[in-house]
Parts: sequence; structure tokens; C-alpha cells
Amino acid sequence: MSATEAPNVHHLSPVRNPGMALEIDWVADVAINKSAVERRAATLATRRSVKKEAQAAWLLKAISCIDLTTLAGDDTAGRVQRLCAKAKQPVRADLLEALGMSARGLRTGAVCVYHEMVETAVEALDGTSIPVAAVSTGFPAGLSPLATRIAEIEASVAAGAKEIDIVINRGHVLTGNWQALYDEVRAFREAVGEAHLKTILGTGDLATLRNVGKASLVAMMAGADFIKTSTGKEPVNATLPVSLVMVRAIRAYQERCGVKIGFKPAGGISAAKDALAYFILMREELGRDWLEPNLFRLGASSLLGDIERQLEHHVTGRYSASHRHAAN
Amino acid sequence: MSVAEFFDSMDYGPAPEGTGPVDAWLDERGRNFDHFIGGEWVAPTSGERFESVNPATGKTLARIAQGTRADVDAAVAAARSAQPGWAKLSGHGRARVLYALARLVQKHSRALAVLETLDNGKPIRESRDIDVPLVARHFYHHAGWAQLHDDSFADHQPLGVVGQIIPWNFPLLMLAWKIAPALAAGNCVVLKPAEFTSLSSLMFADLCKLAGVPDGVVNIVTGDGATGELIVGHPGIDKIAFTGSTDVGRAIRTATAGTGKKLTLELGGKSPFIVFEDADLDSVVEGVVDAIWFNQGQVCCAGSRLLVQESVAETLEAKLKARMAKLTVGDPLDKGVDIGAIVAPVQLERITELVDECRRAGGAVWQPALNFPAGGLFYPPTLISGAAPADKVMQEEIFGPVLAMMSFRTHGEAVALANNTRYGLAASVWSESINLALDVAPKLKAGVVWINSTNLFDAACGFGGYRESGFGREGGMEGMYAYLKPNWEAKLPLYEATKERSDVDQHAKMSPEVSLDRTAKLYIGGKQARSDSGYSRPVLAPDGALIAEVGEGNRKDIRNAVEAAHKASGWATMAAHGRAQIIYYIAENLEARAGEFAGRIAAMTGATKPAARREVAASVERLFTYAAWCDKYDGAVHAPPLRDVTLAMNEPLGVIAITCPDEAPLLGMISLLAPAIAMGNRIVAVPSQTHPLAATDFYQVLETSDLPAGVVNIVTGDATELTQTLAAHDGVDGIWYFGTDPGGATSAKVEAGSVGNLKQTWVNDGLRRDWTKQGQGVGRDFLRRATQVKNIWVPYGE
Repeated sequence: MSATEAPNVHHLSPVRNPGMALEIDWVADVAINKSAVERRAATLATRRSVKKEAQAAWLLKAISCIDLTTLAGDDTAGRVQRLCAKAKQPVRADLLEALGMSARGLRTGAVCVYHEMVETAVEALDGTSIPVAAVSTGFPAGLSPLATRIAEIEASVAAGAKEIDIVINRGHVLTGNWQALYDEVRAFREAVGEAHLKTILGTGDLATLRNVGKASLVAMMAGADFIKTSTGKEPVNATLPVSLVMVRAIRAYQERCGVKIGFKPAGGISAAKDALAYFILMREELGRDWLEPNLFRLGASSLLGDIERQLEHHVTGRYSASHRHAAN
Repeated sequence: MSVAEFFDSMDYGPAPEGTGPVDAWLDERGRNFDHFIGGEWVAPTSGERFESVNPATGKTLARIAQGTRADVDAAVAAARSAQPGWAKLSGHGRARVLYALARLVQKHSRALAVLETLDNGKPIRESRDIDVPLVARHFYHHAGWAQLHDDSFADHQPLGVVGQIIPWNFPLLMLAWKIAPALAAGNCVVLKPAEFTSLSSLMFADLCKLAGVPDGVVNIVTGDGATGELIVGHPGIDKIAFTGSTDVGRAIRTATAGTGKKLTLELGGKSPFIVFEDADLDSVVEGVVDAIWFNQGQVCCAGSRLLVQESVAETLEAKLKARMAKLTVGDPLDKGVDIGAIVAPVQLERITELVDECRRAGGAVWQPALNFPAGGLFYPPTLISGAAPADKVMQEEIFGPVLAMMSFRTHGEAVALANNTRYGLAASVWSESINLALDVAPKLKAGVVWINSTNLFDAACGFGGYRESGFGREGGMEGMYAYLKPNWEAKLPLYEATKERSDVDQHAKMSPEVSLDRTAKLYIGGKQARSDSGYSRPVLAPDGALIAEVGEGNRKDIRNAVEAAHKASGWATMAAHGRAQIIYYIAENLEARAGEFAGRIAAMTGATKPAARREVAASVERLFTYAAWCDKYDGAVHAPPLRDVTLAMNEPLGVIAITCPDEAPLLGMISLLAPAIAMGNRIVAVPSQTHPLAATDFYQVLETSDLPAGVVNIVTGDATELTQTLAAHDGVDGIWYFGTDPGGATSAKVEAGSVGNLKQTWVNDGLRRDWTKQGQGVGRDFLRRATQVKNIWVPYGE
């Protein structure tokens, strides 16, 4: 099929987050009640339901928000090229045809790789608007020397990455050193230049939801364009309660500063219905604007396969199998 | 809409739950229902039926039988004949049946949920995820109580046949709350569902057949309020359990007064939802949604009064309005609908009228612009901000999706505002400070307090109100006691009508040997007080000789005594150890004057000296017993199925009026007074009219025992008259009547008189206890009567 880009697809928001001075009182005032957050998270997806055509549409939208990711020690150029091919053609053409979506030029939100693979990915995606995202700053622990981490960002940007997924130093959160966290993220924000800064909180390491809420605020104050849950390497990855805390922080930041920050849950999201639950979360807590790739991404590698099977089921009425869809 | 259109709009689209199997069930029965009596479907004797309507569409679902006297008679007869067999079945036998019911509810959960939503208008999410799972849980939990019956409720027996009248807001759940404990305890039931929502009860009757519930154990008679009245008035019924409005609750209290029927009432509420400035406000918003927009706000324990600390009131109001704009109102069968239909036109009219009235009076009424389908009974979520305590919307139960909001400055003010209501069902407290939350919770006059949560229910945690929200608990062990009685109760003798004494000589002179004129006064607020009337009444020996005179107390003395009792509220919060020490001290001082008290008893009653000495000794022992109990009648910690501790605290009723028995004038009084004060109550005692000196002597013992002023107040005089004044006093929280009452006439008056504030009553119904006996005169039953359980839910987690 032709690789036309739909005119309304904006992977990246034109508006950047300028950040603001660290407001320590605001951080101190963050109150999070874990049980109440969990109750809300548990019923979010039971209070809303998406069926039939709407469900197919939402799953297609989810594809457009996926940061198709490979972050393995055995990544090779060939592997990354395959991934990029899948990013360009995430769903079988006949299915898109049947769904009346052929003309939409459906793409994934981005391809997400290590620095080493950025050039390969940029090359493979040449001619599309799919951005390449690079995980950076000593991913996943974020504990290499600051200068090294900044240099890493600069190298990835130079190599053509349009998005930089940085990791924070979780120690700063656990010790309540908000100034240090702010300074570090601020330095990264300066280093990314025109590229967008996606800040990974590593929520599985942050011990409490209150810490998640506070770290979210500090990251946004320091200029993060996106806040992201996890590297995928922590013991616990994205969860709905953690995400709820983060999107509420995004809402608070928007109310205060008027800037819309994006959200990216990552890790452990592998079922189509999980993607729907995240959409419901975004729609209910933030609004329609956050259901597009410029403000919402799903960090996932195996999710796409499940969505493809669900879409085929929607089209044919028969349950699908994974070998019927292109590998990545 | 096409996939592409949805892709652009990202709307949810419709997600209706199918009704096929439920329609088939209704059709199978010709959409025409009979009563379920004695295990059979029985046509209404009158042939009369009324329509049950789907409030979301206005369409008739089915025709429901109107219960008549003959129908109720038949149901009671069926229950009566089944009851001995059911009670004789082992606890295990009953447990098996209840367990089967729980399983069947689960197996048919979707049909029950869909039917409930069709009939009631509540969102399918709620009937599917909340109502029906709680129903199953209730039967499981009570299968357990049936199993443990012999161990947990030794020496208790079922009441017999119970009449149960349930409301329309949680039709099947309220059925479960009523039937499960009744059956577990060995009772049989005649249940009447609300006329708007009978269908799930009738589907439940099918499950009873499948579960092997013996015929006659569960009888369901449908009908309107008139049918309910027939059940309430039926002489073959031993207890009425009612959930519904406070007005109807009052009518039932009046109707059952003096009949000897036991009664539990779960009535209305105007529950406070208190938000402190350190709360997680985003979570608070969701709490409010679950508090007042759950089941269209048609929830007795709905958090309908939002009290917010001033510093965050504006922020919270803005957040709430933003959230309200996202609520969906409409077809309750749609899985994406938050607020369904109001149950009936009459209810919608009432809500509309109350809100319109508030708007006309200049109230700040806010409703989001929402669309809802035509043809159904829908009402938008409504916020009334800046309300004042005096406003009708802050005082009256609206029973709709209407929230009234006001602010407070300090936590003390929050408690005062929260308690500024005639009701006392539930409360919700939001704060991240455990110190604050656990300080406030015990101060709230409510049977249930949810910390950082709302509308949580579980079969293990008792539910029920304070004040005009009713009395009795449903769920937990306390709920089981509402369906049981001690075995000895069935064997009590009647008081015999005593002949009027003809030998009373109002001008009798005191005999020289007792002529030292020690004037017995009233004892009010820790002081000896002359009676307001300025009159005295003689106290005579059995031979008619004048022993002494006591004050002729009247209404004003009662008023003063109740006021003094209220002022002594510190007694309730004093450490239990401290109360114990004082009660031990009372015992010590009583014993020091044992001879004198024995002499008085003998002089007044004609008892032999040894018998009188035994009565004093027993009184001392009884004081010891309740001093011992002070710090041992602990509450419980429940573990409902979520990460939570629920603290079941035994709280005093408050001010209890006690009319003391004539037989055993000292021991009888102590048997009632001691457990009451041990649990932290303050009392107004009306001593035996014929033998009051045991009480008036006793205040001297109290005076020397460090008992704080006002904890015990004693008013002598015409016991029946004083009792009636106390029964009608709205500042009295409970009344215990144990006077000599042949035929139970005064017991009836006490129950009837209590309707003003629906105070808890405990009367002898003309039956005479033996105060010397374990159980009849002393035991845990007295402690249960002296307390009410408050369940404080504390979800936790860091």
C-alpha cells in the first residue's frame, strides 16, 4: 500500500513545555491516598465500555500511540529494520480496508530504541513522519556521570532522534532531594534542544504513590514534555493506579501553567483491553486531547500483536491467531 | 457511526447490556406474578394486581400481585408451620441451604443484575458489580453464622416468624440483608418488597426452590404500603425488620408498640461527607461521586452534606464541577452510564420540587449541561454550594442526586456541623492525617464512619444508624442478635395485677423508731435537689406504716435531670479503667453501709433480714461485675474483603432513662444502672415507686464515690408518669422500662412515646424477671443494650 501520511497525524506536539521554577511548597503539598486511588483505578474501566465499531476505532488509535520498542541486549540493525517496517505498516492492509481506514496512513507513534540503533531507525523510517525515540541518560538506572548522560542525549539528537526518553535518578526522589532532581531534568531539557523530552520516573522504584506524584510535578516543572512510568526494567512497570497519580499531576500542572504534558505508560501493557483501559483513564481524567499520539504514548512491544488479532476478530467474527499478522 | 468516525471522535459509543434471558423469564410467567407462599406460587385472593414499570423507559415490565389480609394470613401461617422444623434443623443444615443460595445468586448473577436494573433504573454497572456480589457475600457470610450458631449463640433461640419490609433502592440487597440473618438464626420470614421493585424478590423465590429452602421458610408477599401495614399488624409475627423512610419507621414503631414484637429500623439519613484541607482532593472528588451519585443518590447513607474546610472549598468546588460535567446520565442498561433513572415519578417530583424551591430561594444550584434520553425518569447531578445549616437542602433527606455543600473552619466546627442533624446513619471523613481522622470518627453521631472512602459495605461489618436513622444493626454478630432471644425469655412469668392498697394513710405519722427525719431528695447533676412541685409522697412499709417521704418529681425535674446527664458527656470518653475504678468504689461504699441498706429493704418490702442482706450483697457483686466489664467489653476488628481494618466500636447510647423494678428495689436498680454507666452512658433513674428509698439512700453512696456529677440522676415520684415524660423526651437516647406492668400497658406507652426521636426502647412487656439470676439479671445482654456499635472503616496503604 502507499505510504501516504494522513494530514491530521501529529506525532509531536508543536507546543513545548517551557517548565517553571521549582515550587517546593507545591511539591510538599501533594496528598495521595493510595486506597482511594486504587479504588478509582479499579473501577475506571468498569464505568465505561467501548464496543464494536468504537472498540475497533479505539484499538486503531492505540496503534497510532504505540512507541514500538526494542530495548534488548541482542538488538541488531536487522531487528530494528524489521521493527521500523512494522511501524510503517502496523496492520494488514486488507483489515484496514475492511475497517474503512485504508486512507488514514496508520502508523505507530514512534519507534523507540537505544542510541546505538538511532541511525538505523532514522534511515529505515526515512520519508515517514514517524519519530525515532532514544532511551538515554544511562538507561535504565540513570546513574552514569551527569556529563556522560548529557553527552548521550546530544549524541542521540545529533543522530536524528526526535524524542529522548530520559530516566531520572530515583535516589533523588527517595531522599526527597527535589532540587537535585529538578536541576538534573532541567539540564536534560536543555540538552535535548528541539527534540522532545520524555521523562521516565521509574515508578516501580519510587516506593509510594506520593513519591510518584511529587516526582511527576518536579519533572514537569523542569520542562518534561512527557512523563513516562517505567523503563520496563523495574520490578513493577506501568499500573493504572500509578498512571492515575501521574495524569492527575498532569492535570494539576495544566491548571496551573496552561501547558499540556503528555503521558506514556510503559512496560507490561500487552493486551488490547489494557490499552482501552488506559484510553478510558486519559479520557476521563484529562480529556479528548490526550487520546492522540502528541499527548499519549503506549510503550509496548507485544501489544500490537494482540490488537491486530482483535481487529481481525472484529472484521471476520472469528478469533484470530498471531501467525496471521506480520512479525516485527 | 463508522470505525473512521469513531477514530476521529473517540467517543465511547453505546454498550447496552442484553435483556434476552430476563425477558424470556418474564414472558415464561406471562409477566403476571403471584405471591410466593409456602413454597408455592399463590394467586392474590383479591385477584388484584398492579404494574411494575421500567423507570428508564416508562414501559410496563410485569403485573404484581397486591397482597391482602388473606394473603398475609396465609403467608404467616405457612411461616409459622415451617418455623419449628427450620429452627430444629441443625446449624449445619441451615448453613447448607444458605450456602446453596449464595452459590445460586452467583450462578444467576447476570440475570439478577439485569432484572434489578430494568425494574429499579440503577446503572447495570452497579447492579452487576456492587448489588449482586454483595448479595452473594451476605448469604455466604450468614451460611457461616448458621454453621457457628451453637458455638456463637449458645442459650439463644430464634424469635419465630419475622415480617420484613424492604425499600426500592437496593431491592435484592436489602432482601439479602433481611433474609440471610433471619434464616441463619432459625426464623422464618414473610417479606414484602417495595411495590416499585418486586421482581428481583420474585426471581429470588425461584432460587429458594432450587436451593432447597423448605416450603414456608421464605414467603414473599407483594403489595403496597397497605400490605406492609397488614404485616406490621399481624399478631402471628414476632418481629418486624424495616428499611425505609423515617416517617414510615415511626408509624411502624407506633403500630407495634405494646405488641411485644421486636423491632429493628433502618431509616433515613443526611450523612456528612467531611473534607479536611490535607485530603487527597482528586480522590475526594471520586469519593463524592460514589457518595451522592451512586444509585442516583437514592441511598439512605448517601453523603449528601459536603462539609469542606474553608481553605480548600473553592478548589474542591471547581474540581467537582469539572467531574460532574463528565458524568453520564441515561439508559441504565448501558455499561457506560453513571447515573440511571429515578425509581418513580413521585420520587422525581420530590427531587425536582426540593431543588426548585432552593433555587427560588436564591440557592446556588449548579447542574452540568447533560443530555439524557426522553421517556425516562432522569435527573441531572446537582450541586448546591454555599448552603447553610438552616437550609432545607441541608436538613431534609432528598433521596436524589443532589449534593449540598458548605464550608467549616476547624475540626471542632466540622464535628459540630456534621452532628447537627436528627439523623445518624453514616459519615465520611477525608484527611491524610491519621490523628485527625481517628479523632473525628468517634465524635460523629453515626453508625458507620468511612475514612477516606464512602459507601463501603460488607456482611461482616454491621450497618445501622444512630438517632432517627433507626436502631439495630444488619451484618456481623450484632446483626445476628437482632434475630435471636435468650432462651429464658420465653419462660418469664407475667406480672400479676396487684390490688390497689387500701391501707395508705397519707397523713400517717412516722413511728418513733424511724423518726429521725432524713429528707430524701431528688438527685440531679450531682446535687440533692428538692422536687420542683414542692410536694412529697409517702413511702410505706408493707403494713402501711409511713417510713419516710420522697420528693414528688415532675416534668421539670425530668428536664433538669436530662440536661444534667447531657452535661456529663465526659463520662463517655473517660478511660474505661477510670470508670471501672469509680464503680468499684461505689461497691466498696455500698458494702460499708450494707447493714443500713438491708434494713431499708426489709422495712420497705417486708423481706426477711437475711434476704435483704443477700440483696445488698448481690448488688455489691453486680457492681463488681460491671466494673470488671468496663475495660473488657471490647469492640472488634473486622476484615472485609479489601485492604482495610474496620473498627467495630461499642459506643454508649448517650443518655438512658431507666425505670427501676419494684421487686428487688436495690438489686434491680443496680442491675440496670451499673451496665449502663459502665459502658459510658449517663442515666436518669426513676426508682421503684413503692420502694424508692433504696435509690435515695444510694445517692449518698454515689456522692462519696467520686462519680462525676450528672452521670446518675435520680427522680422519685409517680413512676408511670415520669417514665412517659422520659419516653417522649427527645434528648433521651434510650429508655429501659422495668416497672411493675401487669398487661404491659406502660411498656406499650413507652414504645409509643418513643417515636419523637425514635429512641431505643427496652421494656418488660409485662413479664417479670428474676433479678438474682444470671442472664435475667446480669450478663452480656445488658451490655449489648447499653451500647451501639459504630463501624469505622479505615482503608490503609502507603
